[in-house]
Amino acid sequence: MSAEVLSSGAGRRPDTSESGFGMTLDRREFLQWLGAGVIWVVTETGVWAQARRTGSGARADGLPLGARLHLGEDGTITLFCGKVECGQGARTELTLAAAEELRVRPEQIRVVLADTAEVPDDGITAGSRTTPATVPAVRRAAAAAREWLRQVAARQWQVDVAGLKVEEGKVRHPESGRSLGYADAARLAADDPAWQQPVPARVELTPASQWQVLGRSATRPNARDLVTGTHRYPSDLRRPGMWYGRVLRPPAYGARLVSVNLSAAEKAVPGSLAVREGDFVGVAAPTSAAAQRALKALAATAEWSESPHPSSRAVYEYLRRNVEGGVPANPFAEEWAAASRRLRATYHVAYVQHVPMETRAALAEWEGDHLTVWMGTQNPFGCRNELARALGMPLEKVRVVVPDFGGGFGGKHTAEAGIEAARLARAARRPVLVHWTRTEEFTWAYFRPAAVIDVEATLGPDGRLTSWHFININSGRAALDTPYNVGRSHCQFVAARSPMRQGSYRVLAATANHFARESAMDELAAMAGQDPLEFRRAHLPAGRLRTVLEEAARRFGWTEKTKSRPPGVGYGLACGTEKGSYVAACVEVAVDEPQGRIEVRKVCQVFECGAILHPENLRAQVEGCILMGLGPALWEEMRFANGRVANAALSRYRVPRFTDVPELEVHLLDRPDLESAGGGETPIVAVAPAIANAVAQATGRRIRQMPIRLDAAS
Amino acid sequence: METSYSLVVNGERRTVASEPGRSLLEVLREDLGLTGTKYGCGEGQCGACTVLVNGQRAHACTVTIEEVAGKTVTTIEGLAIQDRLHPVQEAFLQEQAFQCGYCTPGMILSAVALLQQRPHPTEKEILEWMNGNLCRCCGYPRILRAVRRAAELWRREP
Repeated sequence: MSAEVLSSGAGRRPDTSESGFGMTLDRREFLQWLGAGVIWVVTETGVWAQARRTGSGARADGLPLGARLHLGEDGTITLFCGKVECGQGARTELTLAAAEELRVRPEQIRVVLADTAEVPDDGITAGSRTTPATVPAVRRAAAAAREWLRQVAARQWQVDVAGLKVEEGKVRHPESGRSLGYADAARLAADDPAWQQPVPARVELTPASQWQVLGRSATRPNARDLVTGTHRYPSDLRRPGMWYGRVLRPPAYGARLVSVNLSAAEKAVPGSLAVREGDFVGVAAPTSAAAQRALKALAATAEWSESPHPSSRAVYEYLRRNVEGGVPANPFAEEWAAASRRLRATYHVAYVQHVPMETRAALAEWEGDHLTVWMGTQNPFGCRNELARALGMPLEKVRVVVPDFGGGFGGKHTAEAGIEAARLARAARRPVLVHWTRTEEFTWAYFRPAAVIDVEATLGPDGRLTSWHFININSGRAALDTPYNVGRSHCQFVAARSPMRQGSYRVLAATANHFARESAMDELAAMAGQDPLEFRRAHLPAGRLRTVLEEAARRFGWTEKTKSRPPGVGYGLACGTEKGSYVAACVEVAVDEPQGRIEVRKVCQVFECGAILHPENLRAQVEGCILMGLGPALWEEMRFANGRVANAALSRYRVPRFTDVPELEVHLLDRPDLESAGGGETPIVAVAPAIANAVAQATGRRIRQMPIRLDAAS
Repeated sequence: METSYSLVVNGERRTVASEPGRSLLEVLREDLGLTGTKYGCGEGQCGACTVLVNGQRAHACTVTIEEVAGKTVTTIEGLAIQDRLHPVQEAFLQEQAFQCGYCTPGMILSAVALLQQRPHPTEKEILEWMNGNLCRCCGYPRILRAVRRAAELWRREP
């Protein structure tokens, strides 16, 4: 093990925004900036490498304190974290978490996110895990640093540590009036082995009742860069001598390249570069237009062999036929036979795209056999590994840097654009940026899986559920189990051979599973002759889910509204839980049946995710979830045939716009007595089934598919 | 074949040697270093590339360089006067009207174009005007508040 020990002098502060990417910095500059007088242990693979080599680096919890935090002599405190910022609010929340425990102003904290050479591996930014997992890890480190400051002061002043308090960034000794700040102590941190030790697993964190920073709203550190256009998103990055890359795509899914004439590119654009590595064919040129021209010339020479591919019209049948091991049968024959009423229904959910505003983008640059890729991804370490595998390189020679980027929604876990840029940059011997077109993003990024969900449920003579059989084909396990008391229950996910490339999406299959379950609950309530709210309450134990359901119904005025319903209007509700949080929504729709139009007029949603860390951001996430959820609920659906996507453009794929925004009533239930759960995903699950239920009420027709369309066969 | 095009960008005369047919968006981002204007769809459907051409709202992705030759172009980089933000930028900042922020420059330019024409827009006018701009984080409620606030600020300090 060769650890380089740098003693850095007072460095100039580099010209970066708070967005925290070190693109303009080389490693030396970065370390210089980290502050005067601090001895920083670095190895080839970064500041946390010591821990990794002793076997504990994989878990962020075992990190040395110095790998998580750095004290600058100018008073700046730097937090290192492997999470990314793509609009969900991690940067601000992590800032607040550190500030709270350090007892400093948030403005004193600079956050370096998602640079695999500089930060610990905090895992992928997904699954609502930043709040319940990373925030506590950061708080523990910050609290440990605060305790360290007290210990230092106690030693220096020869006083009892119990009499020392840290506030406003300083430890104070009230009797003597002495004080010592983090900036003053920065020099000491350098020599103190405590900063090379793992953050103690048990550190006392500030209870919610005493929070000064958390639980209040704050502004995003790099907000000004966003409104002035100066923040550099991955697609905005430029390097000296950089070219623009474009990639040859097959004409259809499953098509294999038979032959292509690479020289056509050079002929069309003299000086351009064309590369083929296996199935990968790409071009690079000094401008995007030139690259596009080279690509077009080259594509004209390509020969492909195609293979059959199912169409979106037949895809649900295709999935059912292609279930691995067959579709499980209902094991509750006895209940089925004895039931007073029975529901047998199948629900369909279409493939949809995430459609982030910024399409995939990556800038790759080689320095000898070392590769740096700046890219928009939720999975920096995973993408580093993927790049290393694809390019046949050792991990330590690949660095992935993720500037705050333009939207993820679960859709950017993979390294496609990074690998493409790296191949082109290697061949071109210069940096290359690959920025996917919207058509590419619609066609070649992965989709949210389509779902076929079979529900069979039985009611006893008292109108209570006696059995529940729920099979999700293809889309996933998230929120598969029912939270209701249903008698005997069998919930299972079965994989199918998806004809489309599929992957994560905000809250995964929880949307599909809630759509089917909450639609079925309304169908069963109707069979039992009960109000949907009362039917759910009768099957829900007291607890957090029932609380949000009752609160939503109360605020919406469910009971009064449903007593007198104007024609063409429907009210619907739905509730659910996933990832440790709870949601319920009531909606009002107006349906114009001859026109086939469904207008969502009002959404009243109650959400609870434990102790609220950042109220304004949580509200933005909940509102965003509701509105984003309108798309797959009402319009979004990938249409394809013969391996070709028919609607790979925003002019042919309808997503929610300003005029679609209904009256929104969002209530956040704060539970400071409970652990905080993430809030950027679960608030999306209730809106689609609530709409389906409202449409059924307005029209008497049950639409068992997403998107909910009146022309759908029910 | 490259041709020389001259245009005024954010108050500065710029000359660009370019092949014809390239979009204004590409020229801004690749030749002039103005990356605040974003690519979103390439067909004028999302508004991420919104700029002002001779004071009028335009989609930089569907306008060619030869179409803007001799004209004036305003991008997000040209709104603030040194450290003083444009009232619309100020309003977006005050309302924290962004999540990922990728749509924000286009939203701001659209709002500027609206308020230049209609300093007292009705709610309906705001909705219809802004409807060409997409926000996939769906931060629409906050953006609407920002546009309303911008209208107030605008009336105070045009």
